Amino acid sequence: MSETDPFVFPEELEAAIVALRDHYPDPHAVVIPALHHVQDAYGHLSDESLVRLGDLLDVPAAEIFGTLTFYTMFRRRPEGRFHINVCKNLTCHLTGSNELRSHIESKLGIAAGETSADGIFTLGEVECLGACTESPVLEVDGEYHFRVTPQKADEILDDYRRRAGSAPEAADDSAGADRAEPSDRSE
Amino acid sequence: MSEKYLTARIDVENSTSLETIRQLGGYATAERIVKEMGRDEVTNVVLESNLRGRGGAGFPTGRKWTFMPKDFDGPRYLAVNADEGEPGTCKDRIIMEQDPHLLLEGIIIACYAISSEDAYIYIRGEYLKSYQILGRAIAEAEAAGFLGTGIMGTDATVRVHLHRGAGAYICGEETSLMESLEGHRGHPRPKPPFPAIAGLWQKPTAVNNVETIANLPAILEKGAAWYKSIGTEQSSGNLLYQVSGHVNTPGVFELPLGTTARELIEVHGGGVWKDRTLKAFIPGGISTGYLPADAIDVALDHSALMEWGTMLGTGGIIVMDETTDIVESLEILTSFYRHETCGQCAPCREGCAWSHRIIKRILDGGGTPADLDQLEEIAQLSERGRTICVFPDAISAPVRSAIEHFKDDFLARMKNGKESNVLPGATT
Repeated sequence: MSETDPFVFPEELEAAIVALRDHYPDPHAVVIPALHHVQDAYGHLSDESLVRLGDLLDVPAAEIFGTLTFYTMFRRRPEGRFHINVCKNLTCHLTGSNELRSHIESKLGIAAGETSADGIFTLGEVECLGACTESPVLEVDGEYHFRVTPQKADEILDDYRRRAGSAPEAADDSAGADRAEPSDRSE
Repeated sequence: MSEKYLTARIDVENSTSLETIRQLGGYATAERIVKEMGRDEVTNVVLESNLRGRGGAGFPTGRKWTFMPKDFDGPRYLAVNADEGEPGTCKDRIIMEQDPHLLLEGIIIACYAISSEDAYIYIRGEYLKSYQILGRAIAEAEAAGFLGTGIMGTDATVRVHLHRGAGAYICGEETSLMESLEGHRGHPRPKPPFPAIAGLWQKPTAVNNVETIANLPAILEKGAAWYKSIGTEQSSGNLLYQVSGHVNTPGVFELPLGTTARELIEVHGGGVWKDRTLKAFIPGGISTGYLPADAIDVALDHSALMEWGTMLGTGGIIVMDETTDIVESLEILTSFYRHETCGQCAPCREGCAWSHRIIKRILDGGGTPADLDQLEEIAQLSERGRTICVFPDAISAPVRSAIEHFKDDFLARMKNGKESNVLPGATT
């Protein structure tokens, strides 16, 4: 594709967005579900994708931008392969979410809001995830993990590393050694 | 032990499959209703049952429905509020993940009663599992003719649409939910007009919580008299109470309305953890504020909690043991409101931010007793109808009740500063 070609969505993505229209009397209602589809496909919402979505829905891109910036789940920039979110609200706080967050921060060598150097994880803090009786709660891209201790967090991180095609951390090494490993991602 | 009708099937194997649920009598009530009862008759049973909304406000469901115009010529909608986000609350997720067909059967009944052909389930974006399970359940129910056009061989139509939110607490407020569903920022709308008159796409709309809708199959199966025999005079039926925080056995418990905080904390919640004593609890989601340990015998229903100046809310009880620093916990709560205010109305936008800043300063050891008066003034200047929605009232409750019941915690911070907190303060 040359640089002058217009940005287009893959056929399946476009079809999925168009199919959403059948559910609503007004196509504007498709905006938020469609943004989920686009973000799932690309990992984030680029300027180009918003312009394309606007054309597809016949809604000004500026209006789509106005809508999406209200919601915490939408991302405007590329981030890590997986998003780990630690709940910070009251029940999770009472049962150890601070300690959990600190543990993950030191394990990944990043602070909340940052992405690990290997590009696998972005760590976030979120408000109540609606699982208070199972606190502390960790959410990774929609998968909930309950009653998470620091030890359990290590196992969870290793599991996602495996899914990313990267070796899990050895039990006794430092986070740095793992991050130095070349990843399979080209460029 | 009272009969369970909300969670009776959640532990059954394959409880999310239509086949399993059919064998347990699922959809039988909806079928009977749609084939044999008049639409107004259904509303009358719900009115008589005294079912009150389970989303937090406790408004009678049947009355809400009767506000919808009868002679309106055009579509009308049911919006199911599955934007469960009030901290301490985690009950709707249990229904959606473990008995989605109970919700769908309730939706058929509600849609039939209000003559709606389209129901929208607005589900919070984080609930991906609920979304997927409900999506499969809807497809199964459509294939079997329980949902869609001409359901169960009648001329009634009920289409259920799943709609994902994207992370915003305010979208649980009914008019914000509708704005969001229409594809906009979740700014609450001025009322009137109420949703019953001009809701989704300006059409008559009933907005009901997931748990509220899940009560309908049992009410219509067993009748209003049976339903009113459960709970208390003002509060009929069972509630999904959720006990979280510093207890030995946190969980979601289906019990009659009017169950005391003591029974929930000491029996179902297994008592305060680590052999510690109770310091405070929040009775029904953080917007209901703090209650002191003395309040433990209060019945958690719509009337008894009013005597303590609060309300039932969502039934999400958060338990705090003797080591909890109330100022520290309030900093978390006010930070939440500061983050979640939609920003539309100045008193709320500024008030939440200032309340949080002041509490943070007190927590950091820089507070003075005048700060407590300032917090009260902010509450008075922002709540009770000074804004489009009740968000400022929601932050006032924890701020005011924390100062009222736990003033010593604030004074200790002011006297001793950040580093010399007199409380143990351990969180694990």
